[in-house]
Amino acid sequence: MSTVTTRLRGRHDRNLWFLIFVGPFVLGLVVFVYIPILWSIWLSFFDAHNTVTPANFVGLGNYVDMLADSAFRSSLITFVVFALFIVPTTFVASLGLALLVNRARFAKTFFRSVFFLPTACSYVVASLIWKLSIFSGVRFGLMNTVLGWFGIEPIAWLSVTQPPWYWLVIVTARMWLQAGFYMILFLAGLQRIAPSLYEAAAIDGATGWKVLRFLTLPQLRATSTAVLLLLLINAFQAFDEFYNLLSSSGQYPPYARPPLVYLYYAALGQGQDFGHGSAGAVILTLLIALVALGQGRFLGLGRRED
Amino acid sequence: MSGARGNGFNRRQFLIGAGGMAAMAVAGCGSNTGRSPDSGSSGSKPALSQWYHQYGEAGTQQAVERYAKEYADATVTVQWSPGDYDKKAASALLTDGGPDVFEYGNGPSIDMVKGGQVVDLTDLLGDAKSDFTPSLIARMTYQGKLYAIPQVTDMQLLVYRKSLLSAAGIQPPTTVDELLAAAKKLTTDKVKGLFVGNDGGVGILGGPALWSAGLDYLKEDNTFGFDDPAAVESLRKLRELFTSKALLLGAPTDWSDPSAFTQGLTAMQFTGLWTLPQIQKAFPDDFGVLPWPKLNSSTGAPSVPVGAYGSAVNAKSKNVDAAKKFIKWLWVDQADKQLDWAQSFGFHIPARKSLAEKAEKLKSGPAADAVKFVNENGHAQTPLLWTPKSGTAYSDALNRIIKNGTDPAGEIKAVKAIVEAELQRVAG
Repeated sequence: MSTVTTRLRGRHDRNLWFLIFVGPFVLGLVVFVYIPILWSIWLSFFDAHNTVTPANFVGLGNYVDMLADSAFRSSLITFVVFALFIVPTTFVASLGLALLVNRARFAKTFFRSVFFLPTACSYVVASLIWKLSIFSGVRFGLMNTVLGWFGIEPIAWLSVTQPPWYWLVIVTARMWLQAGFYMILFLAGLQRIAPSLYEAAAIDGATGWKVLRFLTLPQLRATSTAVLLLLLINAFQAFDEFYNLLSSSGQYPPYARPPLVYLYYAALGQGQDFGHGSAGAVILTLLIALVALGQGRFLGLGRRED
Repeated sequence: MSGARGNGFNRRQFLIGAGGMAAMAVAGCGSNTGRSPDSGSSGSKPALSQWYHQYGEAGTQQAVERYAKEYADATVTVQWSPGDYDKKAASALLTDGGPDVFEYGNGPSIDMVKGGQVVDLTDLLGDAKSDFTPSLIARMTYQGKLYAIPQVTDMQLLVYRKSLLSAAGIQPPTTVDELLAAAKKLTTDKVKGLFVGNDGGVGILGGPALWSAGLDYLKEDNTFGFDDPAAVESLRKLRELFTSKALLLGAPTDWSDPSAFTQGLTAMQFTGLWTLPQIQKAFPDDFGVLPWPKLNSSTGAPSVPVGAYGSAVNAKSKNVDAAKKFIKWLWVDQADKQLDWAQSFGFHIPARKSLAEKAEKLKSGPAADAVKFVNENGHAQTPLLWTPKSGTAYSDALNRIIKNGTDPAGEIKAVKAIVEAELQRVAG
């Protein structure tokens, strides 16, 4: 064996094994993630109706069109508002759950599993349960039955926009699906806090809120930042439950329309308008990146913990 | 109609979310195109792959596979596609792995035609051309060239319970106002008067609302068709219906399924022809059918939307000529198979007049009325030049008009601007 190959293979064939283990994943990542992303960016500069190998270069035209498209802008605004609401609520709910479960004196594992279980449920299945049984608009839907006990008229939860009851359906479905997962992240964070810190705090006379405010929360900062970031990205990537709850006979209402659903209809439906679709996707990605960076800077993600 | 037929619709709706995306992935990356390998296939016969969406009725898949097998001049492999077929087919046409022959709702889209993705089939019809339903042929034709052959006609119509109407002392409504009054009168604490879909009619009444006012999506010369006070009036009626408390909303199934009607949740429902067998089973001879009524006694005409899956040939096919021959054989020459396809499984109208006359099931009762509506009041669901972007703009506007009560005149202006830009793009 020549010395070059020996050198390339590294000590104990370390490089070879590295390639064997990492290679397939990198290849998959390149083929299924990076190439499509780059291709999509390339497409966003072309007039690409019903083709992915367009020839008609339009420069920034698609971007201008998308930014001028009031439906796309309103979907972005809706989702900034949605994120501003859902991120803190899920954050507080999952933190609360984690604190409660962490303090449970018995059946801790049971509670942990019960709250985590919804995470294993598919968004599509959950939306169907929400749509067809809990928030069904007819008088025998679960919520309407409950309202009926108090003599309140049935409400068509997903059909009416005044008041916008559909948000209640969407938000509760999302909370139920997501809170358990972030609870687990918080639990892991809580269990890393050294008991001696609590003991020290107790000796110093700190109890209740003070412990939470000055000990638990600061110790959870790394976890909190990660949870916030994940929540935010998830909010902007919202698709499944919205699509399954609100789309009907080939159309999606103009309210509560996430950017991804809008792009799905524009680019992938019968429209097959890949130019505008890609431009919209790039704008959305930039927006998410911008917010994530801003948040990271603000909260200090990746900064060295002391 | 496009994508909606019989029981399969529910199953398909279930699959749309998950299946739609998966189908994209399959169509984009899969290697199994349903086409048997070119080499090694029997002798010199060309191999063709033919795509269908998943029809709901039992036996349909076996039927199309049987038809394909009986064709002697090529080895035809059928691919039956559950899930979001339109998106799957559209994206497969971009690749080399697409079908040779495929069906598409109301024929290929204008962008497929303009993009050269489908083949001109004008010369296949021959003498049979005059036998096909003219509105369907017109819908699948662009600039004098035919791009698909209609397989079977579907339509939507209003069904009502005769016994409930006569108990309330109401005549079948002939104008929108009468319909509104009837719906209100039929509403009790258990039963609602009318069901037009859980979105209050946004999905299916866009067309009927225009036709009933004597208008259309586009005018004859392909300019915007409903910048008109009658359209404003007609759309306002839909809002009135939505707020009347007589409309069933939030039902477990949507308009394309007869359950809301057969389970007694509503006295009238706008639904598809395909639901009639189930309705007949639930209420033997206790139901009647109507077209969507005209706006008022002086304006417009009754209307029903008519659509058809059309069989088209992929321009990227390696065997374009063999594919054209196969389509001609199946959808032009083999009349008995076309009749079988329309009649043996669900409830559809053959796309050819000579066959519609032969169809036994269509000779009496509500079905015979339905055939009459197609011939007298039928409108193609949407015009060929009504692009998906125009469709989205209109359904957004309908949503705001019907659900939020915004002013129809302003919304129509906004739709007009988008439609005109789209028409210009397509023409250019």
